[in-house]
Amino acid sequence: MENHAEYRKELRKYATGLGWALLLTAIPFAVVAWHLLSPVWALTLIFILGLTQVVAHFKYFLHIGRSSHRDDLNLLLFSTLIVLLMVGGTLVVLFNLHSRMV
Amino acid sequence: MSEQKHAGINLKNKDRDTHQQAESPLFGFWVFMMSDAVIFALLFATYGVMMHNTAGGPGTHQSFELKSAFIETVLLLVSSFTFGMASLSMKYRPERLRHLVGWLIVTLLLGMTFLGFELHDFHSMAGKGAVPHRSGFLSAFFALVSTHGLHVASGCVWTIIMLIQLGVFGLSDQVKTRIMRLGLFWHFLDIIWVGIFSVVYLQGLL
Repeated sequence: MENHAEYRKELRKYATGLGWALLLTAIPFAVVAWHLLSPVWALTLIFILGLTQVVAHFKYFLHIGRSSHRDDLNLLLFSTLIVLLMVGGTLVVLFNLHSRMV
Repeated sequence: MSEQKHAGINLKNKDRDTHQQAESPLFGFWVFMMSDAVIFALLFATYGVMMHNTAGGPGTHQSFELKSAFIETVLLLVSSFTFGMASLSMKYRPERLRHLVGWLIVTLLLGMTFLGFELHDFHSMAGKGAVPHRSGFLSAFFALVSTHGLHVASGCVWTIIMLIQLGVFGLSDQVKTRIMRLGLFWHFLDIIWVGIFSVVYLQGLL
């Protein structure tokens, strides 16, 4: 049954997503809980794995990818640009001010 | 893959007309979600700036507990998966409504348990004097985390409404696309939580 095969395929996609998400959650929590790394490296790892997990969620749960509708992908990429500009700009300006006040 | 026409689950093979009707409401919902993402991004930026301004009050180590942050993370993660299962039963087994309703109820319970843990966290923080007006850090923390919590709460209310609509209207085309949008919303909230546990809890407890 073609339908059944496709069901299995999509089910596997969600299960893969859950597996990745649990793994990418467990590692940083373990690093923090048992102090496995020095703070600087731990923070770097947390941010890298966090970003990877966001990408995994978009891919496996929200089905965004190269094959998805162009509009959705464009919207997502544009929003990412806006978010980066606003967050990056806020942090640069305010930390600059902060260092001048000290 | 040509069958993957839009983000979220697609109904093309099952129901071509619904699939085409669903496209523009789903895209509109994506626009809403991305503007919501901008709000969260700015709350994250505010938190990043205010994080060290504790004004002599409780800091991150006194305020947060790693264990309950972990439990909350797993609850929300699994609920994202169970919503995926609900979407799949809607797409492949629409004749057996019980599957869809069951998975939606499981998702709802996980979401409400998450909220229970979060409220418990806030309560124990308040017991240690970590209240929103204590310091800039705590104001930014409560603004960010409770905005997410309110989103989860509205997602729960939305799920309850969908369960009622399933009972009243059955699985009509409109109810279908509403559940698809709820799915997008629910997965999106999980993505925001990934940011919260990384930036707020893990960074704070290093």
